[in-house]
Amino acid sequence: MSALVSLVAVAALALLAVVAVASDDLRLVFGAVIPGIAFAVFLVGIVARVIRWARAPVPFRIPTTAGQQRSLPWINNSELDNPSGTPGVLGRMLLEVLFFRSLFRNTKVELLTDKEKVNYIGTKYLWAAAMAFHWSMLIVVLRHFRFFVEPIPRFVEIIQAVDGFFQVGVPVIYATSAVLVASLGYLLLRRLVDAKVKYISLPSDYFALYLLLGIALSGILMRHLEKVDIVNVKAAIAGWASFQLVRPEGVGVMYFIHVFLVSVLLVYFPFSKLLHAPGVFLSPTRNLANNNRAKRHVNPWNPPIIGHTYAEWEEEFHDKLVASGYVLDKE
Amino acid sequence: MYDAGKIIVGLLVFVALATSPLWFNALFGESPAAPELKLPTNGSTECVEARDFMVANHMDLLNQWRDAVVRTGTRDYVSTLNNKTYDMSLSRTCMDCHSNKTEFCDACHTYLAVSPYCWDCHVEPKGAD
Repeated sequence: MSALVSLVAVAALALLAVVAVASDDLRLVFGAVIPGIAFAVFLVGIVARVIRWARAPVPFRIPTTAGQQRSLPWINNSELDNPSGTPGVLGRMLLEVLFFRSLFRNTKVELLTDKEKVNYIGTKYLWAAAMAFHWSMLIVVLRHFRFFVEPIPRFVEIIQAVDGFFQVGVPVIYATSAVLVASLGYLLLRRLVDAKVKYISLPSDYFALYLLLGIALSGILMRHLEKVDIVNVKAAIAGWASFQLVRPEGVGVMYFIHVFLVSVLLVYFPFSKLLHAPGVFLSPTRNLANNNRAKRHVNPWNPPIIGHTYAEWEEEFHDKLVASGYVLDKE
Repeated sequence: MYDAGKIIVGLLVFVALATSPLWFNALFGESPAAPELKLPTNGSTECVEARDFMVANHMDLLNQWRDAVVRTGTRDYVSTLNNKTYDMSLSRTCMDCHSNKTEFCDACHTYLAVSPYCWDCHVEPKGAD
């Protein structure tokens, strides 16, 4: 049901773009105005969300780690899993952000009924698909630089040459196009086929996947099958990125589906699970050194402690204490 | 805000990267307008197929021509536009009208960072007019 709701939602959005650009006036709206608003929402939304996170105090280090803490010199510590200072934290963050190290530890549960036993086995498929998707996505986004700027910087041509290394078809089929769709397909099938994952999947889980698949497929169709006038596409996009409104003239409907779905993704991003992108940088269990014992951490919302020492107490009740024959420290 | 220094630097890097095309255009950008193509000067007014088809699909057509010539030795192409027969040849048929590679092919290809491998084998005609 969740899967169906999201599929209908994404299909309806694509259909909305198709219907809208049938009228000529809405071409400028869907080609330039909506993407502009979406981009602004994306930027402001992410910055606002990160600032909101940053306002939450993190008074104590959370050592949810899989490694030995640094303690006595003759005990080997695990600096990457349980960093004692900034270099270790940097290493752990780099491995997390670039290579999804904690996902690499993913396990699955296997019930061996004949042996009356439960097995926890490492499984790397989810990690592999996540890596394939995210890195392809990065390369695809960088490739799109050619539409936004004029002249086109050299790095875009290098990426295109490497990505199109196999020279299959004309225009060449990029390796990342295939990897992107294959990895998204796996991530979607994982939710649909495995009963346990399906049970815990929400419409928002499917929505992001369908949206990304819709963007990838409309882009691939536009490049290889339902071709659009790419020169006018660039004139419109590069104009947009130079603050000039250029109406995409004579550009096929596939372009508007693609651009509208990207706009939806940009708006959806700061309000959804996709926020894990900035979120990974602010994960307290990843970005804090475990120095709870080495350094004193003061809880910022502690009330000020007003002390009352024994000497002050003696002073306060001096006369009564003397009268009762109490032996004072002071004398 | 806690760790404000690090977080603000991170956010600035994010915003700078996300808006990098805008900065790039403002600093180094040239006119984002589409290149203007010159019409052939030899009096020809029609291509082997309709203009819109050629704009979107010339690469497919050239690929078919290459396969036909190199693999089966067929050289005749019958246009679906006017039923005329053309010689399947990049340098003789296409470049007969579009004689200047720099002004014709490269105009759009450079604009879009497309680098077709036609010229890995073919020699670009020089001095033809």
